[in-house]
Amino acid sequence: MIYFDNSATTQPYPEVLDSFMKVSQRYFGNPSSLHSLGAEAEKLLSQSRKQAADLLGVRENEVFFTSGGTEGNNLAIKGAAVKHSKRGRHIISTAVEHPSVKEALEQIREELDFEITYLGVDEEGRISLEELVQALRPDTILVSIMHVNNETGTIQPIEEAGAILSKYPKVLFHVDHVQGAGKVRLDIQRCKIDLLTLSSHKVHGLKGNGILYIRNGVQISPLFAGGSQESRFRSGTENVAGIVAMARALRITMTDMDIKTEEIDRIRKRIRDGISSMDSVSMNTPSDGSAPHILNFSVPGINTEVVVRALQEREIFVSTTSACSSKKKASSSTVLAMFKDSRRADSTLRISLSSQNTMEEAEHFISAAEDILTNLREVMR
Amino acid sequence: MQYDHILIRYGEISTKGKNRRGFIDRLKANIRRTLKSYSAIRVEADRDRMFVLLNGEDHLAISEKLKGVFGIQNFSPAIKTEPGIEEIKNAALSYMNGLTAPIKTFKVNTRRADKSFSYSTDEVNHMVGGYLLTNTEGITVNVKTPDLTVRVEIRKEAAYISGEVIQGAGGLPVGNGGKAVLMLSGGIDSPVAGYMSMKRGLELECIHFHSPPFTSERSKQKVIDLCGRLSETAGPIKLHIVPFTEIQKLIQKQIPENYTMTSTRRLMLRVADSIREKQGALAIVTGESLGQVASQTIESMHAINEVTSTPVLRPLITMDKLEIMKIAEEIDTLEISNRPYEDCCTVFTPANPKTKPKKEKVNFYESFVDFDKLIEEAVDGVETLVISPEAETKRDETLDLF
Repeated sequence: MIYFDNSATTQPYPEVLDSFMKVSQRYFGNPSSLHSLGAEAEKLLSQSRKQAADLLGVRENEVFFTSGGTEGNNLAIKGAAVKHSKRGRHIISTAVEHPSVKEALEQIREELDFEITYLGVDEEGRISLEELVQALRPDTILVSIMHVNNETGTIQPIEEAGAILSKYPKVLFHVDHVQGAGKVRLDIQRCKIDLLTLSSHKVHGLKGNGILYIRNGVQISPLFAGGSQESRFRSGTENVAGIVAMARALRITMTDMDIKTEEIDRIRKRIRDGISSMDSVSMNTPSDGSAPHILNFSVPGINTEVVVRALQEREIFVSTTSACSSKKKASSSTVLAMFKDSRRADSTLRISLSSQNTMEEAEHFISAAEDILTNLREVMR
Repeated sequence: MQYDHILIRYGEISTKGKNRRGFIDRLKANIRRTLKSYSAIRVEADRDRMFVLLNGEDHLAISEKLKGVFGIQNFSPAIKTEPGIEEIKNAALSYMNGLTAPIKTFKVNTRRADKSFSYSTDEVNHMVGGYLLTNTEGITVNVKTPDLTVRVEIRKEAAYISGEVIQGAGGLPVGNGGKAVLMLSGGIDSPVAGYMSMKRGLELECIHFHSPPFTSERSKQKVIDLCGRLSETAGPIKLHIVPFTEIQKLIQKQIPENYTMTSTRRLMLRVADSIREKQGALAIVTGESLGQVASQTIESMHAINEVTSTPVLRPLITMDKLEIMKIAEEIDTLEISNRPYEDCCTVFTPANPKTKPKKEKVNFYESFVDFDKLIEEAVDGVETLVISPEAETKRDETLDLF
């Protein structure tokens, strides 16, 4: 099997599963319970928090455990909107955000009467900082920009945006770091980020766990009211086993990260070269300023869903667009925003790698893809 | 860009005369211990300064650790590069971009040990300064009082860029001032008192009174975690956990309610003094601050202190609660101290404790029972743990969860 769909989800590391099993069996206590079983579980929780904080270069009391990327993005955006709606009702985001950002914004636009400005992107999928500055208004309370695009891998200028926003103390800065984690370094302090979303299963952890970083002093309203866990930001009995597993997954992912991402980038370059030379393929992922693990290209005129199934027959797993959109048979909104070309956006394929992939797999994929595309062109034109 | 070494300047040590060697050796050992996990580094010391040779280890992480070591006045990281003008310009730029704190003004100060270098010091100053100006934003030159003096040292074999001065923790190297015991309750004050006495070079062992089932495992864990924080400064710390239940029960039974607090503190001090003696320590450190609570009035201290002639050091005696909390926050103990678990001081707090207890009265009340035997039992029943920053990791290794 060749698994090239790591932006959808990654395979959990065996060590991660081992931690999950051990904690589930031996430390099943509720961290809020008074007795020693509870205390043991609570200790594991705080140890996980410390490890995650160290790895992210932040303080322990800035790490809040969530159920994953969607919750983190919703909590950041809705929590900030509800908390600060008296200050203003304007939010700035981009045209290429993940649905969990975009739809959360649309929801507060409709239900809480907010105005949302979506910054457009250039042909590399990147926003313009001038446009960001122009979009800022006295009633802007939040700017939400993803770090790495989940469809094309484009890296947004987070540090530069953070430098601009640091001059606007009333504007919170949220970064969706779900695709960037473990792949592209991001200095949370240096980038002046207030809120940052992470997901465990994108870094070989388990589904159902994530982190929202909330900078010290930043106030947002919780989505879940209840037993006041996570310092009231996120009530609900903690998924201790999943959280320990996440801390471990993060640790393994971030050990020798530069060496691993260099190798991933080499593999991607090989695939890029192989695919580029094929007929009527257009690259969507920019060659510079993109994350090392994502390669997105279009084959206009070809139904790429058929390509996904044909590759699957050869035990190769890729995506058409992001996993969240592929079921809806929608076209790629990111590629549409970049090129304003619906034929191109309707025919995307996304390869996404992890440190578990090899150069041999890349070679194998290239020849399989060439084979399949040649055959399909004969039938589908 | 390769950071080559960190130059460390001594604080108060440099005023010492004949004891200097001992101070420096202690500091060197403390730095080595703090940086133990960076296996490639080397620490070299001479009379006036010390060098951490990085050998490829991360200078930012190491700087962060050095900030917590007592006995360091300040320190400066340095980059090593090829002795060519282009290399020097590039290295200076990445040094500017890697500063731990932002600056507004700078100047360049060049020294050529290698006089055959093709440019004069003035020329190098100009070239490097100009290069930095064009390649940075919002930073200007100020030759009189710059925020940063970029030091360029050109030798035959290499050139060094340095100049940033990072403040150290000051004080004297931990362990150079003898040993004391710290009465550690789990509250906000006692860890701060411990920290401040370590700053003056004291080595500490901690004593905590545990009264199960009146106090919980969590309140014990709280103290272990506090010790863990202190051990980041001091290296492994001994924590003596005293079983205090029997003594507390007897106090409740025997002493009139408004005097239980005074008696409890007297007995704690006697137990602590006995442990101190066994451990060969010479003083007792407490987190008392004058007038903060009933047991910390001058009358209370007078009545409590009567039980021992051992020096009782109270580093926080004149400090306000807010000042103490500020330090607690800086040394990262505040959050642990704020965990809401009762300790043995709060469990049996009487409604109206005496703020002006009389020595004669408390002696009279205590004269009806023999506490000596219980004290002896408590001291014999002490559980001693060695807490080090790595203790958690060791625990984890056996479980292998992280």
